[in-house]
Amino acid sequence: MELQALKQKARAVRRDIITMTAKAGAGHPGGSLSCTDALVALYFEVMNVNPENEKDPNRDRFVLSKGHAAPALYGTLCERGYFGPEEFDKFRQLHGILQGHPDIKKCPGVDASTGSLGQGISIAVGMALGAKHTGNPCHVYTVIGDGESQEGLVWEASMAAAHYKLDNLTVILDHNGMQIDGTNDEVMSLGDIKAKALAFGYDVIEVEDGNDMQQVLDALKAPACPGKPRYILLNTLKGKGVSFMEGQVGWHGKAPNAEQAAQALKELEG
Amino acid sequence: MEKKAVRVAYGEALVKLGEKNDKVVVLDADLAAATMTNAFKKAYPDRFYDCGIAEANMVDMAAGMSTMGLIPFCSTFAVFAGRNYDQIRNGVCYPKFNVKFGFSHAGITLGEDGGSHQAIEDLALMRVLPGMTVFVPSDANECYQCVDAAAKIDGPVYIRTARLASPVYDPRPFTVGKGTVIKDGKDCVIFTCGIMLEHTLEAVDLLSQQGIDAALVSFHTLKPFDEELAREYTAKCKKVFTVEEHSIIGGLGDTVASAVIGHGVEKFMKIGINDVFGQSGKPADLLIEYGLTGTQIADKIKNNL
Repeated sequence: MELQALKQKARAVRRDIITMTAKAGAGHPGGSLSCTDALVALYFEVMNVNPENEKDPNRDRFVLSKGHAAPALYGTLCERGYFGPEEFDKFRQLHGILQGHPDIKKCPGVDASTGSLGQGISIAVGMALGAKHTGNPCHVYTVIGDGESQEGLVWEASMAAAHYKLDNLTVILDHNGMQIDGTNDEVMSLGDIKAKALAFGYDVIEVEDGNDMQQVLDALKAPACPGKPRYILLNTLKGKGVSFMEGQVGWHGKAPNAEQAAQALKELEG
Repeated sequence: MEKKAVRVAYGEALVKLGEKNDKVVVLDADLAAATMTNAFKKAYPDRFYDCGIAEANMVDMAAGMSTMGLIPFCSTFAVFAGRNYDQIRNGVCYPKFNVKFGFSHAGITLGEDGGSHQAIEDLALMRVLPGMTVFVPSDANECYQCVDAAAKIDGPVYIRTARLASPVYDPRPFTVGKGTVIKDGKDCVIFTCGIMLEHTLEAVDLLSQQGIDAALVSFHTLKPFDEELAREYTAKCKKVFTVEEHSIIGGLGDTVASAVIGHGVEKFMKIGINDVFGQSGKPADLLIEYGLTGTQIADKIKNNL
């Protein structure tokens, strides 16, 4: 897909995020908006997936380890054709397929149920290991959060990824620098996260602007490093695309009201 | 009588299963020499994954591997049912992934390592998870059957095994979710699970010598539970005793209580670990300390009839 078309898709997904969180009166817009470009790049350009054959055993897998960014995943899956936009009305509602956090049993296109932080990356490591074991040619992608990286399990999983030489795994860090109670540095400093990823045995690519579609694509399409799992450090902006949400800790888990949603949708036109 | 630890049977059963089913993979967290998965490791090195001392990652890795059509058996100590609980709950049970847990060294008969390592709560934790099958084999032969059955179930299965060598009884017919009548009786019924079968059998003999005809029913499956059989024997014997090497909170006793309440119970008593942690000691001494020998069980029953 052309770069301009991908950017347009990213704007559409951002509108979906605003629409569904506003309608539900709940959800996590900030961290959804920050990882939108990566998800759009994956589902429209990078990953071998097909909504017409969504259970194809050889499809690439995606695990949203930071499961609270579900609106970004739901928007992307909808724009990719896994289900219709009418499902947004039932986001976080009784009997809806779009649960508060992704549910493999309910939502088409979802490869793992996530939401308990730290677990998604570990499940992705298991998928990549299982793929190697069974000779499945698929590649496994997972998006983790920076706040999530405070979970010990992220590092247990990373150790295993390097140990088992999982070059069919790409871990993508959505590094927007913020979490519920403040910035990462206020809550629990991550230190030199790039050095940590390198030390854990990843082949690391840092992306200066993780909300720049071209830069994100370049990183995702970089040839795999044989014998090493890939770690893409995306420097992103929390709330990206909505002026009053950008760089604001307060929009982590708060939905826009009708007026705010209208303004946000106007900003995201085109 | 031949004695064999149920955990040893678990290791042997995995090897046999591995012969029949190439989808079976075994994960361990640096305890293969204790959980006895080292036999599988030797037989099928390409299907054995050591996860290092990182049990949480082992469980979620198994979850991921199951999505590729594999049948992972996770093996570690039963006490880590707590340490891994979020992974077992959200990583495996919530999406109903096909992962098996063979957790060993359960109960106080673990012995010398002490209370920090003696799982007295794992059955309560596992039983409450939707979709989880819970096995507590009473001997080596039943363990073989549980492992075979676990591989055939499409979903999470927990198998609780013991460290201590215990008697190996003749193989009995095995159906998932069905209890086994070990001995019929009319004066009272004893419901038990796991390696407490040995001690309840002794108690039944002692009671018999004193003119008390106790029925004995053993459950290798705590979930789904054979409520029908528990109710049948409750209605028949009226006086109900449960015996388990687990806390009396949330284990077999409470499973039976939920099943038989309102079904003619005249007397109900749970015998197990009375809401305390264990401690170091020889298994035989610990059984005495916590009142779980045949003699002590028989005395408690006699005094409460």
